[in-house]
Amino acid sequence: MASFKLPVGAHYGLAAWLMQRLTAVVMVAYTLLLAGILLWCPPANYADWKGLFSGSFVRLATMLFFLALLYHAWVGIRDIVMDYVKPTGLRLLLQSLVGTALVFYLVWSVSILWGR
Amino acid sequence: MKPAKPQRPKYYDLNLANLPAPGLASIFHRISGALLFLPVIPALLYLMQATLGSEAGYLQWRGVLAMPAVKFVLLGFAWLYAHHFFAGIRYLLLDLHWGIGKEQARASAKLVFVLGALVTALVAWRAW
Repeated sequence: MASFKLPVGAHYGLAAWLMQRLTAVVMVAYTLLLAGILLWCPPANYADWKGLFSGSFVRLATMLFFLALLYHAWVGIRDIVMDYVKPTGLRLLLQSLVGTALVFYLVWSVSILWGR
Repeated sequence: MKPAKPQRPKYYDLNLANLPAPGLASIFHRISGALLFLPVIPALLYLMQATLGSEAGYLQWRGVLAMPAVKFVLLGFAWLYAHHFFAGIRYLLLDLHWGIGKEQARASAKLVFVLGALVTALVAWRAW
């Protein structure tokens, strides 16, 4: 028996860690973009507001933001659940609920941006 | 000569009130993250849907958002986002070994709180 710890595992933890950071950078860029728009030329009425998210650039950027946000939230909430919820069954239940909610948010955000 | 044996067991003071700034920034990063997941994301998605869906919805929600109590809720959302944002950038910089020293890490954690408060103040100024 080897007495040292073997570096085994599925290794998706590193991917999750890296994606957490990449999605964060995407969201920082979008946040600065949207904050700039809202500060410099705030939409004054419905037509402006609707127009802002109808332009293909802002619409696609917003979709990219939501994708990044939902992946980021999945990793973050999973970290929290793994840290505090020890019973396996309850943890599985919570993670399933969180995953379902995030997929629901994703579909919802597509319908908001492209619907009607 | 052998180095002095460290005192065991070690007790850390994890009381929130006595935590140094990096510890506070960390726990609020976690709490704000959880609150952003629920209720902030669904609330903002709902708000987007209602205001983009129709002019009537837009005007109705403009009225709701003008109410002081609602403005305070939005201000709370803004702080949660701002704190998570700046604390997150601090972690990205720490990952790049920027400001990794104890003194710098403490100073940057304090800066996170200052910037979070500043952004919240900016949002308050725009809202009123």
